[in-house]
Amino acid sequence: MIPLAHVLTLSVILFALGVAGFVFRRSIITVFMSIELMLNAVNLAFIAFSWELGKLDGQIFAFFVIVVAAAEAAVGLALIIALYRTRETLAIDELDSMKL
Amino acid sequence: MAPLFYVIAAVAVLAGLGVVFVRTPVFSALSLIVVLCALAVVYLLLGAEFIAAIQVIVYAGAIMVLFVLVIMLLNAGRETSTDRSRMARWVGAPLLALFVAEMLLVIQQQFPPRDPSPALLVDGRPSAIGKLLFQNYVLPFEVSSILILVAILGAVVLAKKEP
Repeated sequence: MIPLAHVLTLSVILFALGVAGFVFRRSIITVFMSIELMLNAVNLAFIAFSWELGKLDGQIFAFFVIVVAAAEAAVGLALIIALYRTRETLAIDELDSMKL
Repeated sequence: MAPLFYVIAAVAVLAGLGVVFVRTPVFSALSLIVVLCALAVVYLLLGAEFIAAIQVIVYAGAIMVLFVLVIMLLNAGRETSTDRSRMARWVGAPLLALFVAEMLLVIQQQFPPRDPSPALLVDGRPSAIGKLLFQNYVLPFEVSSILILVAILGAVVLAKKEP
């Protein structure tokens, strides 16, 4: 038997790694991959609670998170391609025209 | 069961470190695939067979192929760090450490490691998931199909060449 606390700890570590990548990395593609990492960490927490409580609803939520992640990846990567076509860069420090 | 979980967790954390700290995007993407597959194994250990299969097929298969394709298409090389990224590091790292410490504290307090309870077996087979999905969650399921349709159209319109 795996203690719930250990699964949740793994989830927190992966989420923190995702946040770290989101904040520290400068390439827009890697930032996007960090978001996927965070989504997966949350999915792991859903599955862990579903297992602990003996209910399937957590797995259904994880399923919907995967569906939304697929849609988000398609739209996000299309946005990245459109951005690269107009700005010729992937560095988020140079994509700052909407900053105040 | 349990020793396998710790091995897989170590693999997932190491690959996660790879996602964040390797400077070349394509190696980050490959590390992320390792994380996703490791998580699929964890899902299997936690009785979520269907989600584990979906994880490998949709995430590690479809979504990551899309990522690798875009990296190849845009010829994304090593990134360079700037002054602003250094500032993010100095402000972000302490906040992140604080967040992790807080979460670990809450987990320790709310879910203390205890003697294994008699397992409430969850039934993660596709038939059980499908029954629940088409009985209690029909409306979200149908709405998600519309979401996917809108996302496809949006992706095509966004990535289309300007006339």
